[in-house]
Amino acid sequence: MQFGIFTVSDITQDPTTGRTPTEAERIQATLTIAKHAEEVGLDVFALGEHHNPPFWSSSPTTTLAYIAGQTSTLQLSTATTLITTNDPVKLAEDYAMLQHVSGGRADLMLGRGNTGPVYPWFGKDIRQGLPITLESYELLHRLWREDVVDWEGKFRTPLQGFTSTPRPLDGVPPFVWHGSIRSPEIAEQAAFYGDGFFANHIFWPASHTQRMVALYRQRYEHHGHGTAAQAIVGLGGQVFMRKNSQDAVRDFRPYFDNAPVYGHGPSLEEFTQQTPLTVGSPQEVIDRTLGFRDYVGDYQRQLWLLDHAGLPLKTVLEQLDLLGEEVVPVLREEFAKNRPAEVPDAPTHASLVRATYGDEAPRQATPNANRGDNLTLGSPYQDTQAPAQAPSNPRGSAFGPAATRKEVVR
Amino acid sequence: MSTKKIVVVSAGLSTPSSTRQLADRLAADSVEILRERGVEVELQVFELRDLAHDITNHLLMGFAPPKLEAALDAVASADGLIAVTPIFTTSYAGLFKSFIDVIDPQALTDLPVLIGATGGTPRHSLAIDYAIRPLFTYLHAIPVTTGVFAATSDWGGTGETGDGVRSLPDRVFRGASEFADLVERTDRSQLVNDPFALDRPMGHLVGGLAGE
Repeated sequence: MQFGIFTVSDITQDPTTGRTPTEAERIQATLTIAKHAEEVGLDVFALGEHHNPPFWSSSPTTTLAYIAGQTSTLQLSTATTLITTNDPVKLAEDYAMLQHVSGGRADLMLGRGNTGPVYPWFGKDIRQGLPITLESYELLHRLWREDVVDWEGKFRTPLQGFTSTPRPLDGVPPFVWHGSIRSPEIAEQAAFYGDGFFANHIFWPASHTQRMVALYRQRYEHHGHGTAAQAIVGLGGQVFMRKNSQDAVRDFRPYFDNAPVYGHGPSLEEFTQQTPLTVGSPQEVIDRTLGFRDYVGDYQRQLWLLDHAGLPLKTVLEQLDLLGEEVVPVLREEFAKNRPAEVPDAPTHASLVRATYGDEAPRQATPNANRGDNLTLGSPYQDTQAPAQAPSNPRGSAFGPAATRKEVVR
Repeated sequence: MSTKKIVVVSAGLSTPSSTRQLADRLAADSVEILRERGVEVELQVFELRDLAHDITNHLLMGFAPPKLEAALDAVASADGLIAVTPIFTTSYAGLFKSFIDVIDPQALTDLPVLIGATGGTPRHSLAIDYAIRPLFTYLHAIPVTTGVFAATSDWGGTGETGDGVRSLPDRVFRGASEFADLVERTDRSQLVNDPFALDRPMGHLVGGLAGE
């Protein structure tokens, strides 16, 4: 099981001092936080994407590539990458690049984004958010799996003989998680492709998460990727800890009361009761987190939100220390107990290479000399592309080519 | 004997409130008319005042705290809704609109609704038809033709309104009869759509393609 943190990259006034950090300070602080996550023994750092102040993370792969250069084991992910307003072609290129420079430590989580004006700013219509998500991901999925793609859809210009470069590291696409709060369609999309499903889980009652994960697991099995218990599930979570509970509540309350998302709404007590937010001692965080398994089953990835609402860097680093020293070691041990053998770990590049090639050497894409034409004379590569993982349900589905194109031309 | 579920929502802010009093009269007549026809009624009453904080939290957070969720579920799965609000500044009370705003837009489809409103003067009685009725038609609910407005003066006197309008008890009875007609016929409470249902077909997602 993987443990890590995710950040939305908000730049928020510290309500206890009245001071708002500069963009430069917050960006540097986030790099420090990411590196410290690896130092304390966490597995994953995931970064959000926004295109409006007061957020800074407009270009996640740039940031993650730098963090990759500063770390050695940390898995780099996103929370979330906007599949609606980003061009899927550029996503295919950017995340394949990130795979290469990080040595296979990159995956990504797709989401639709909830800031209305971002759609028109990027030339999209928010009312088409779901159809765009389906079409764009189908294209992204193909661009990583087919060396040469002919494609036509509704939401971007057609492609003729396009090759997304570089080809994915070792011919294995980055693992994709589909993030959602309560759109059953996204759980279905994740299940259709056999991808991971990440339930946001914070800011919302656990009952939403429970039902979304149940749907995803059921549909994962339906689409033939494995049993429901083998589906790949990730959860968000939000914690604030001090050695003892009362100090945690006292120190976190001003940040809670003024936080951008839930501030000036429910009380801290109501919110901790109604959502997975846990403010207390490390032991309370351990107990609450272990309880997640009761309603989603054995899962693969747990990410926490630690650094929002104006919490200063020093406090966030203390939170990481507590997670690394007191919480995660216990969770690793406890989650491993009674975990059925059939439940897989979170996919990594190494496990995906093994699943694709077995004992064979993985593909190393080597281009031919550029003829300016990769349509008529076979592949633009000297070697052959990665073996396709068998599609489980190639037709008659709400997703895939059958859903987004009139004819399947391959 | 069949059983129908009627939910009463009252947006009066004072305790006791004449809005609640009107709501109770509309409910009492509706229940009696249905009983006479052999229809048993399961009645649930919600005072929005008790849910005011939860409604605000829902507006801010996007999810319903447990007490509000129970009210929203009751409304969504009802056979009939009696909705009563005071008229403030020419329209429904803000609390009433906030409650309507946190209802799932599909949740009121085909729901028979009896509208009631209260105010200090009968001069505001048309607010039912220009402000409240459009809310329910937009949501594809079925508000009955008669909406009942109770001005302060309606609560006393002989019932003679001086302008040829029938007395409050008559209007309450008329609205309740129209409402009972629709409630008697619907089987809405048996047909509730669960947005998280695991067997929800996904084919509708992409223009009707892709049935499974």
